[in-house]
Amino acid sequence: MSLFRHVTAPLIDQNPVTLQILGICSALAVTTSLTTALTMSVALTAVLCASAAVISLIRRHIPSTIRLIVQITIIAALVIVIDELLQAYAFEISKRLSIFVGLIVTNCVVLGRAESFAMRNPVLPSVLDGLGNGLGYSLILMIVGGIREFFGAGTLFGRAVVTTQAEGGWFQPLGLMQLAPSAFFIIGLLVWAIRSLRRDQIEPAEFPLASEEANR
Amino acid sequence: MADPLTLWRGFLARPNDDRVKTFGVAVLVAFVCAAVVSATSVTLKPLQDAHLEAERAARMEAMLDTLPEMRGLMQEAGVTALETRMINLSDGSFAPDLDPVNFDVAAADDPDSSIAIPPEADVAGLKRRENHAPVYLLERDGELMLLVLPMRATGYQSTITAMLAVQPDLRTIAALTITGQGETPGLGARIAEPDWAALWPGKEIANEDGEIVIEVVRGTATGPYQVDGISGATRSSNAVGAMLTFWLGDLGYGPFLDRLESEGL
Repeated sequence: MSLFRHVTAPLIDQNPVTLQILGICSALAVTTSLTTALTMSVALTAVLCASAAVISLIRRHIPSTIRLIVQITIIAALVIVIDELLQAYAFEISKRLSIFVGLIVTNCVVLGRAESFAMRNPVLPSVLDGLGNGLGYSLILMIVGGIREFFGAGTLFGRAVVTTQAEGGWFQPLGLMQLAPSAFFIIGLLVWAIRSLRRDQIEPAEFPLASEEANR
Repeated sequence: MADPLTLWRGFLARPNDDRVKTFGVAVLVAFVCAAVVSATSVTLKPLQDAHLEAERAARMEAMLDTLPEMRGLMQEAGVTALETRMINLSDGSFAPDLDPVNFDVAAADDPDSSIAIPPEADVAGLKRRENHAPVYLLERDGELMLLVLPMRATGYQSTITAMLAVQPDLRTIAALTITGQGETPGLGARIAEPDWAALWPGKEIANEDGEIVIEVVRGTATGPYQVDGISGATRSSNAVGAMLTFWLGDLGYGPFLDRLESEGL
């Protein structure tokens, strides 16, 4: 059952976004609606799993001097393949995601997992670890995307949930939710909520205040 | 010569910090990745092109929607789409024997079906121009009602393609639609937004002497020959202006427009 742990741990305990604060850029950019957030989540999870599998498979033969460039090459190739697939089979969504699918290459979650896990572990645990981290990232993206789309446009997955004032209802959309800063606020609140419940996630302060120092 | 399998095993057995192995792994990874990417790209190209073509058609439709009187005319004439005709760009004559459906727009690369543009005349940064081009038109009782000219130019970081709709006087712009571009999202890419497209209708291409004077300007546009550029996207907006200058000029549709003016359709 320890294998299963690789999938469940990154969901909350080791979440790449809220604990390791990785992949924030894309989490801001694509969470204005659930559709784009879901597509991005699926694309990133697919890239994570596939890159973990390939890198883990050849991990014994990657010279350490060029390991990062080898990892990036593999990840970049997979990202291009996913991007091409989206352009062929989900053209509308790929246009809305514009450059952000391509930027999965620079998403620290992917390289981070490749470097810290897939390079040292067999294929199956690596793929499960990739899946877990992909799902952890997706979970945060879906929560942020859901909140932003609901409060920012009154819709979920593009379908109207409440009637906005523009269409004669009572709901006044919160314009801020469609802008990038709101994702910062929501992720910040999520980090705060998770760390209040799981106190072991709180890191010791790097520079304690002088008053606290005196109390020690 | 040892058999390949032994060689391969020997290669894998080398220590990881060995130079041959480092170089070999780098080459192999690059080669395999390149092969995978190329194979995907080639296999999926037809599907992607179909989407782009559908989008181009949709933009053409959307452009016609901004010209309600054209819709009315088309309904009266009982047609649902504009008529496509091939023209010979150098003398402006129709080329009825060419099939517009199978016309390859990439023909500009082929020395047999294109000409080199002299550098001093190449304001749109194209280097070569094809000999034939499709034009879209709406005619009624032998009279031209609307002419749509496809054009392209090199922008800041991509090729910009567009459709220019011209009124029957061949001087007034009815609409300009950017059909394809890969400019910077949020800056240059705004040339494709309806707000900017709305600045074009009613502008005039040429002055009384027939000179092409339409231009994109910084700041505030004055008069019928100037259009406001987009701030923060000077190179992209200027490229659109240069595109019009080139394609309406002597090396573009100039001969065709002159012929239409003197002889009619």
